[in-house]
Amino acid sequence: MTADPESGARRGLIRLLLGSGFGASVLSFLYPAVKFMTPPEVAESSVNQVSAGKVTDLKPNSARIFRFGSKPALLVRTAAGEFRAFSAACTHLNCTVQYSDQSRQIWCACHNGQFDMNGKVVGGPPPRPLEQFTVHLQGEDVVVTRS
Amino acid sequence: MMIRRVWNWVDDRAGLSAIHAFLQHKAVPVHSSTLWYYFGGITLFLFVIQVLTGVLLLLYYRPTPNEAFESVQFIVTRVEFGWLVRSIHSWSANLMVLAALIHMFSVFFLRSYRQPRELTWFSGMFLLFLTLMFGFSGYLLPWNTLAYFATKVGTDMAGAVPVIGGFVRRFLRGGEEVTGATLTRFFGFHVAVLPGLTTILLLIHLALVQKWGMSSPQRGGGKPVPTMPFFPNFVLREMMAWYGALAVLGSLAALFPWELGAKADPFISAPAGIRPEWYFLAVFYTLKLIPSKIAIFDGEVLGILFFGLCAAAWMLIPFWDRRSAEEERHRLLTGAGVFIIAYLVVFSALGYWR
Repeated sequence: MTADPESGARRGLIRLLLGSGFGASVLSFLYPAVKFMTPPEVAESSVNQVSAGKVTDLKPNSARIFRFGSKPALLVRTAAGEFRAFSAACTHLNCTVQYSDQSRQIWCACHNGQFDMNGKVVGGPPPRPLEQFTVHLQGEDVVVTRS
Repeated sequence: MMIRRVWNWVDDRAGLSAIHAFLQHKAVPVHSSTLWYYFGGITLFLFVIQVLTGVLLLLYYRPTPNEAFESVQFIVTRVEFGWLVRSIHSWSANLMVLAALIHMFSVFFLRSYRQPRELTWFSGMFLLFLTLMFGFSGYLLPWNTLAYFATKVGTDMAGAVPVIGGFVRRFLRGGEEVTGATLTRFFGFHVAVLPGLTTILLLIHLALVQKWGMSSPQRGGGKPVPTMPFFPNFVLREMMAWYGALAVLGSLAALFPWELGAKADPFISAPAGIRPEWYFLAVFYTLKLIPSKIAIFDGEVLGILFFGLCAAAWMLIPFWDRRSAEEERHRLLTGAGVFIIAYLVVFSALGYWR
């Protein structure tokens, strides 16, 4: 029995059409599903200035977390009484940092990252300094501005 | 008499005799390492416990940031036996990871992944990955402080992967930060996506185990390995192992109820002493030790890439371990396996205590 070359070519064409039709169907189902699962871009609220509390809220050599828009930030009152503010997101793996009144440094409990009072990395794995904000005193209010 | 009649009635319609006859012919190799075979079954048993207790927890749990913590608190304080069901779910998750790891290392040391069981190894590795994802996604659901920061770190690690990292982090978090969107997403993964994928993969894994039977250890000279019948001998032994696992699980859950901790607050600092679940401790501690910069690269990126490459090499063992495929002994590989276990144990202990 000999193979009919015309019939073979026809079979090949049908396989190609069916296969590509099936593939296209799968893609047309997957594409909207993947797009659905990808979270939409939401514009960040463009907060550039917030009130971080009253001067009297913080004693020297202490700190507190405050909201800077939707993100946590750290307001530190140094032992000398000066105010400093930083993004509280550790540049290593995004944990929220804290102030250590003993070492007088900013410290991340997750992987032991350490930063000085300028936000510069002085120990541990963080690759970059903390983002520093500008602090102004308006009467009794501590106002923090993105530099 | 009645039972016999019912059996015959069902048998006539479902062909149970064929299954029974098949089981009686199935054999399991008997040797000094047969004990390790039971851990695959124990993992499966704990998975079933997870499904059952998970369904019970679903009756009360509410996956929103305002209600998640309170609903788990309600379960453990107000619902009768709620503390026990939640404690069993948490302990069983941990024991399941442990049983799966023991199962994986026993397969490794017995070289059971060698031809023709490569696909069984791959499906098992994917199942282990899914088990870890179950742990990671379930950890966030009580919406407590530890879980919140563990999720922040875990998703940020995924984000450190070059090129695709940013997308993966956004995909996992459902946005830029860990928020209620992350909780809803993780809940969906934990109770729908992962169970679905796991069930499919588990069926494939079991079908492959069924097709090729249980692997016999490498033996010089082609000496035949003695066997025992799968049914009832092995099945009864496996059930005793399940009872043992149930006793351990019940004792742990009753004597050491799983703590709930404090409710997550995105606007507090990560507390001192924070650490992930024990099975991520070795990676956690290693990342602590890696310096911020190695040459011009960020240390964390190199660390995460290194772990990724190690996991890929481990998964692809059946392809590059040609000596075991040829039924030759491979002492170097055994040594590497012992080294990996020693590393995991020592670094996990250091991560816990330091």
